[in-house]
Amino acid sequence: MSEIRYREAVGRALREEMLRDENVFLMGEDIGVFDGAFKVTEGLMDEFGEKRVRDTPISENSIVGMGVGSAMLGLRPVVELMTINFSLLAMDQIVNHAAHIRYMFGGRVSVPLVIRMPQGAGNQLGPTHSHCFEALYLHVPGLLVAVPSTPADALGLLKSAIRDDNPVIFIEHETLYQEKGEVPEGEHLVPFGKAAVRREGTDVTIVGISRMARTAERAAQILEDEHGVSAEVIDPRTLRPLDLDTILTSLKKTNHCIVVEEGWPHGGVGANIAALVQEHGFDDLDGPVLRVTGADVPMPYSKSLEHLAYPHEPQVIEAVLASLGRKAPA
Amino acid sequence: MAVKNPEGAVPPRPPSGPIPDTAAATEWLATMMLVRRFEERAGESYTRAKVGGFLHLAIGEEAVVVGAARALRDTDWLISTYRSHGHALARGTDPGRVMAELYGKTTGSSGGRGGSMHIFDLDRRFMGGWGIVGGNIPIGAGFALQSSYRGNDEVTLCVLGDGATNQGTFGETLNLAALWKLPVVFLVTNNRFGMGTSIERHSAVTDLVRKGEGLGVEGQRCDGMDVAATQAAISEAVEISRAEQRPILVEAMTYRFRGHSMADPEKYRTKEQVEEWKLRDPIPNFTERLIAEGIVDKTGAEELDKQAIAQVDAAVEFADASPEPAPESLHDGVYSLGGEVHGWLSTDPPQDPAS
Repeated sequence: MSEIRYREAVGRALREEMLRDENVFLMGEDIGVFDGAFKVTEGLMDEFGEKRVRDTPISENSIVGMGVGSAMLGLRPVVELMTINFSLLAMDQIVNHAAHIRYMFGGRVSVPLVIRMPQGAGNQLGPTHSHCFEALYLHVPGLLVAVPSTPADALGLLKSAIRDDNPVIFIEHETLYQEKGEVPEGEHLVPFGKAAVRREGTDVTIVGISRMARTAERAAQILEDEHGVSAEVIDPRTLRPLDLDTILTSLKKTNHCIVVEEGWPHGGVGANIAALVQEHGFDDLDGPVLRVTGADVPMPYSKSLEHLAYPHEPQVIEAVLASLGRKAPA
Repeated sequence: MAVKNPEGAVPPRPPSGPIPDTAAATEWLATMMLVRRFEERAGESYTRAKVGGFLHLAIGEEAVVVGAARALRDTDWLISTYRSHGHALARGTDPGRVMAELYGKTTGSSGGRGGSMHIFDLDRRFMGGWGIVGGNIPIGAGFALQSSYRGNDEVTLCVLGDGATNQGTFGETLNLAALWKLPVVFLVTNNRFGMGTSIERHSAVTDLVRKGEGLGVEGQRCDGMDVAATQAAISEAVEISRAEQRPILVEAMTYRFRGHSMADPEKYRTKEQVEEWKLRDPIPNFTERLIAEGIVDKTGAEELDKQAIAQVDAAVEFADASPEPAPESLHDGVYSLGGEVHGWLSTDPPQDPAS
């Protein structure tokens, strides 16, 4: 094991897969000469050249579209969109095309494309640069959606994503790039559809999405230290496919479930998981599945307001205590 | 090569493009007839509710369709729009499979999943039928990127309409294709209307060759009512693109005789304009020329048309007799299974593929 940063783990996955398969190449804005807006692709243009590390103009829809076309003919493009906010400009290629091509052409062609992009609030970037869109992409059949929260998962999931024949939406988090974590030596692959149990517990199941898996872990520690509550923390790691079984197995033990996400509440990941849990695990529930979500507002710029607009440990703790009947919901 | 016709006017001349050998010229005529008869019948099937959804006919544009397909090698890629039945037929797709797709049958070229707008035939490198205006442009450039990346000698011919030149992705993609020197020919089928909005009302720059040039893509114009002129222009563009590894735009001036789709009262143009353009109908005009040059005689031409009708009869029969997709096949094809996906639904647990 060695300790590396999340952004280094993403870069390592790209490098290893480019060394393994010459069909793997990168396209994106400022990923080459500039080394990437978040330095994820640092050094890769020097190592692999401009053919395989391609700086693009600011043309999100066409960058993704060219990824789609080249993937249909057997290349394995990894497109970096500088942030998930700009993926809105590429929605036609992602939803109408990448996601639907295989089905609408009768299963006769695949799109082994990976679109990587970071999301998230916390850097005072305001309404247009702080989005969390995992729910948007989770909604679309034909896509796979990964939301790694640790360096090891970023490495292992990205390598799996590049090798898979389906289009993958690979959602990183802007505030996690500098985070360090243990990463196994040698080849490390993490399968899609296999949740990680970050912390075992017996009183309540907390499902954390993307960065919120980390927030949930810290909240669980406080719950144990200050409230005597034993929380089990589950990080689904991929939302399509979703490892519902791990959540349901945990629920059989705890009978309480909280979902924590940074995105908006309506039509969110938590809404989806709450629906699935009540459909498949109703008899194991002692109360409603509660959601802790981002506020239902565009992300404000002001530091103090921004802090209020996405979940932190106190909101998670409050929801857990409410679920356990220790305190009325706020 | 460039036909300089005043805006809005019908190109005034009879077909005059270079005629290839007898066999090829006859085949071009036969294929245009097949495309015409196929689409006439598709329209009839639509009114009989055998075909659903949208049905966009290219009747009047057959010279551009066949001229484009005949400018390509078998190893080249052709990608089209939502008006693409003819491109598939010209590329050699069985008319029965195209008609079956319109009928939504399991034997259709996309298994009944795509419909009229999404005909597809990977074996013949006909890469779709795309429903979103302009959506196919970067994808076509992506095919060319593949050729450039692998260093092979394939060229991609990417078909779009005059309306698509107003999409952002047109500018984005032409710029990228020029920057990256991609072997792609953008064929603008200029039928003078983006749905019901005439080119003078939808594009500030109506010279679409100039529009491409502003983005770094050289272009030329051709008479899209003349299959030989169109084939020559596109063929020249394709070979330059192949040899010099760069994008080229070809603007083919044409006209559709039918509405945009089957539900179109055509308030946006006069009957006189349609009749005027019908004088330039690519099929009778090319037929007359081949007769005049002694390549076919009148009986021979009539025989070709009868063969086209017979092929379409067989296609309809095949489509009619083909089975509906099985209900249990609803989820088939959404995902490629075996890698990171083991079941159809997000709720399916991961399973060992070996089990």
